[in-house]
Amino acid sequence: MLFQDNKEIASSVGDEFCRHCCIKISNLTVRLGNKPVLDNVNLHIHCGEVVAIVGPNGAGKTTLLRAILGELPYRGAMESRIGGVEGRIPRIGYVPQNLQLDLDSPINVTDLVVLAISKHPVWLGVTRRLSEEALHVLSVFSAGHLAKKKIGELSGGELQRVLLAIAMTAEPELLLLDEPGSGVDIQGLSLFYQLVRSLREQHDISVIIVTHDLAGISNYVDRIILLNHSVVAEGKPAEVLSNEKILHTFGPSLWNISAMPTLPYLKEQP
Amino acid sequence: MIDLWYKLADYVLPFDLARYIFIKNALLAVLLVTPVFGVLGTMVVSNRMVFFTEVLGHSALTGIAIGILCGIHDPTFPMITIAVVLAVLVNILKGMTRASMDNVLGVVLAFMIALGITILSRQGGFVKFTTYLIGDILAVTPQQIAWIAALFVVVFVYWYFAGNALILTSINESLARSRRIRTFLVETSFTILLAVVVMVAIRLVGILIINSLLVLPAAAGRNVARSVGSYTALSVAISMLSGTTGLFASYYWGTASGATIVLFAVGCYTISALTGRIRHKLFV
Repeated sequence: MLFQDNKEIASSVGDEFCRHCCIKISNLTVRLGNKPVLDNVNLHIHCGEVVAIVGPNGAGKTTLLRAILGELPYRGAMESRIGGVEGRIPRIGYVPQNLQLDLDSPINVTDLVVLAISKHPVWLGVTRRLSEEALHVLSVFSAGHLAKKKIGELSGGELQRVLLAIAMTAEPELLLLDEPGSGVDIQGLSLFYQLVRSLREQHDISVIIVTHDLAGISNYVDRIILLNHSVVAEGKPAEVLSNEKILHTFGPSLWNISAMPTLPYLKEQP
Repeated sequence: MIDLWYKLADYVLPFDLARYIFIKNALLAVLLVTPVFGVLGTMVVSNRMVFFTEVLGHSALTGIAIGILCGIHDPTFPMITIAVVLAVLVNILKGMTRASMDNVLGVVLAFMIALGITILSRQGGFVKFTTYLIGDILAVTPQQIAWIAALFVVVFVYWYFAGNALILTSINESLARSRRIRTFLVETSFTILLAVVVMVAIRLVGILIINSLLVLPAAAGRNVARSVGSYTALSVAISMLSGTTGLFASYYWGTASGATIVLFAVGCYTISALTGRIRHKLFV
């Protein structure tokens, strides 16, 4: 436990933004079968903070997201404070890693947006008014030209943008991004993360990004939490990336990634 | 109510068909049951539940057998009970097991069929149950039609309110849950409704082919549809088209109606698959 005491970060990042969402997770334990996938996880996501949860495959990252979404039974406490009110569950915008879709699924992007923004039964067809609304939602994320495409026809980056647009229609206080990097090229991913950061500035939301790509994420987040069944370490990106002890503790996979700081997208500070 | 339909049918049907009450009954039953199958089928196909509905259909054998063991004359109630229990069990199991659902369903299918046949074949008596295998639309009674009409209303009202939630759940369960959709409730209510519809319709089309009627129209619609709306509309239209043409053809050919309807549905599927391919080549 190297950076477990993060009071300093809390005061520097947290209070500055502290009017919206704030989540405190204490002693969270999730078991799948007999195996504890998450063991005594303590997390404090501050208000208006962009946090990356980084860990190798099978470290329990997605399980943590699913616990926050209320999909899995867990032991421990999850408290939240929104706009100064204790206990209310935050509105969550969730961007899934991928969709359980066949490529030939007859669902187009407009359908998907309308599912999110309206109670109108999509199977009866989408009215002109609704499809215009959907187009508006999409064009904010420069995805307007995708409106008529079937979901299965989108590239990884396009799908991520569409899903982000949909997640934001819930006016979330907490945005959860599950492995946004998978299936997206480096340039597209960099654009995507910048989009997420600009959202934070416009909307006062907290963002949790789950990823295994430590190097790729480090320029775009306020704090990195290294997770391997429990919180191994946490700190500002610079601290985590420069601390060899952390990288060694955390294992060779991350050690290898950290040895690639010469990649161009790491040099450009946003 | 049914008299009104008889009068209407006199205008619509050609004279040689309109002479027979049973044809009018059968046509009404087909016009009510095929849209229901068209709509439910879209979700069965999208959710890859085709094998599950096959198992559901065959569980009717066990339902009939248990009805007879209990001395119940009309097996509809035990059939529905078994199917609903099965549907709920499979839904719960799906969330628990990590084993391949295909394998689990395969075992359940084998068990359901074997148990049903074992009980029904005591003293060589299975022959009298073959009507359940093939079904008989022409024997449908006004009372059965009333049941089907009620289900028609229930399914479309349900679909009006729960359709969006079902579609979102089938796209991504976590996404649906983040939208405050109670996914287990949505999926379970859908499978229960599916179980009831299949069991009520099995008298008409038979255990052997009921699944084709559920799957084929939706699969055909999927070949050409580019939106949820057109998918549903096409599935319902193809279902109704093959239902009515199949019914009339079976009358003139003297064949089993259910099977004839399925042949027309296969025809629609083939045409739509070819259309989809040609369009793909032309425009993409």
